Amino acid sequence: MPDSASAWQLIISGDATLYAIVRLSLAVSLSAVVIAVIVGLPLGAILALTRFRGRTALIVLLNGFMGLPPVVVGLTVFLLLSRSGPLGMFGLLFTPAAMVIAQSLLVVPIIAALTRQTVEDLWHEYRDELLALNVSPAGRVATLLWDSRFSLVTALLAGFGRAAAEVGTVMIVGGNINGFTRTMTTTIALETSKGDLPLAMGLGLILIAIILMINAAAWGVRTWSEQKAG
Amino acid sequence: MRDMSSDLPLRFEEVTLRFGPTTVLDRVSLAIRPGAPTLVVGPNGSGKTTLLRLCMGLATPTEGRISWGGRHALSPGKIAMLFQRPVMLRRSVAENVLYGLARSDLPRKARIARMKQALERVGLPDLANRPARRLSGGEQQRVALARALAREPELLLLDEPTANLDPAATRAVEDIVRIAAQSGIKIVMASHDLGQVRRLAGDVMFLVRGALREHAAAADFFDRPSTTEAASFVRGDLVI
Repeated sequence: MPDSASAWQLIISGDATLYAIVRLSLAVSLSAVVIAVIVGLPLGAILALTRFRGRTALIVLLNGFMGLPPVVVGLTVFLLLSRSGPLGMFGLLFTPAAMVIAQSLLVVPIIAALTRQTVEDLWHEYRDELLALNVSPAGRVATLLWDSRFSLVTALLAGFGRAAAEVGTVMIVGGNINGFTRTMTTTIALETSKGDLPLAMGLGLILIAIILMINAAAWGVRTWSEQKAG
Repeated sequence: MRDMSSDLPLRFEEVTLRFGPTTVLDRVSLAIRPGAPTLVVGPNGSGKTTLLRLCMGLATPTEGRISWGGRHALSPGKIAMLFQRPVMLRRSVAENVLYGLARSDLPRKARIARMKQALERVGLPDLANRPARRLSGGEQQRVALARALAREPELLLLDEPTANLDPAATRAVEDIVRIAAQSGIKIVMASHDLGQVRRLAGDVMFLVRGALREHAAAADFFDRPSTTEAASFVRGDLVI
């Protein structure tokens, strides 16, 4: 990559380093969101539909965890995955897998908490009808998740936005290794401090564009499907 | 296939329901048998909704017993209930009706046929693909009726289904209910609209503050009410 290249030139010329970084960032954040959905949707739905001791405390905790400081999550995962840590034998520290794990931890509370809220609101509305129709508990969860699918898209998006934009956890558990664990955000942080502003700005523009595009797509899907399903 | 056991007669034996210190129903005994519609009347807060919810098994008595066809548990699928505000799933009209059939053992083709038939019955065959939540209140209540009727219930409970509807929509709902009753479905409907009671009722249950004050044939209830509260209710006075 030539030193004199501007941010736009890097983007337009399809600079290999730049696009490798973008690909890795997207792969890590999307994987984290997928894992968070697998864990967070059922967790949120169960919290919405069950009553047990400590439920309120758990909900407060979950809502609070939506704002977990990424560096603290990074530190925790670092300690777990480091050689002497409880999960050290898997040798995952400073790999993309470690970054996925860390980002999932950031995203699960967002998806679970928003799912809980959405499903619980809908349950209050549907409760009598579903009970009158004798719908099984599993059927209730399926119905409520399906009927809140458009609101859940927003939860997903919030989760992806958080994962894609954060720098603290991936920096700590990924190590920002060139060509291996270097993501858009860690590169921006590094290149800015090195003074290579074109690459930092190019990546910044791409990051913003990706987040805008995904939001626009989700907005479109939401509007379209609300017209379809009411 | 429908098994031969019936959920009727539905009997309350000294049923009391309390929420904390409030007694919502007070030692109510009654029997609901096949026949012309039973209208449950009384002022707001007299326990009409609670009585219907108990019939549906959505609430359990604090004291006393309820039996369905002599058994102390209701058999699923034989009773359907309509609420004052229809619950519309975030799906199309057709899917709302099909949802009511999802737990039946009918093959999909038969379910679709039943859905279409039910929408014909409530006069909404053209709205099948519309989002249910975009319909007017009256249309939503008719979708709810289609969902209930598609299941071919033996007993249909209606909790003031026309309370929020204008006269034209009310008439549409009443017509559907009348035809359903003629086809052999037992109707139990809460109402505080005297005109509606006169138009539909075979017999009347009159509730005041959680107590069943009268249960009589409609003609007797209107011509010879046996309590002073019922007499003033029939005259159109305010009963509190």
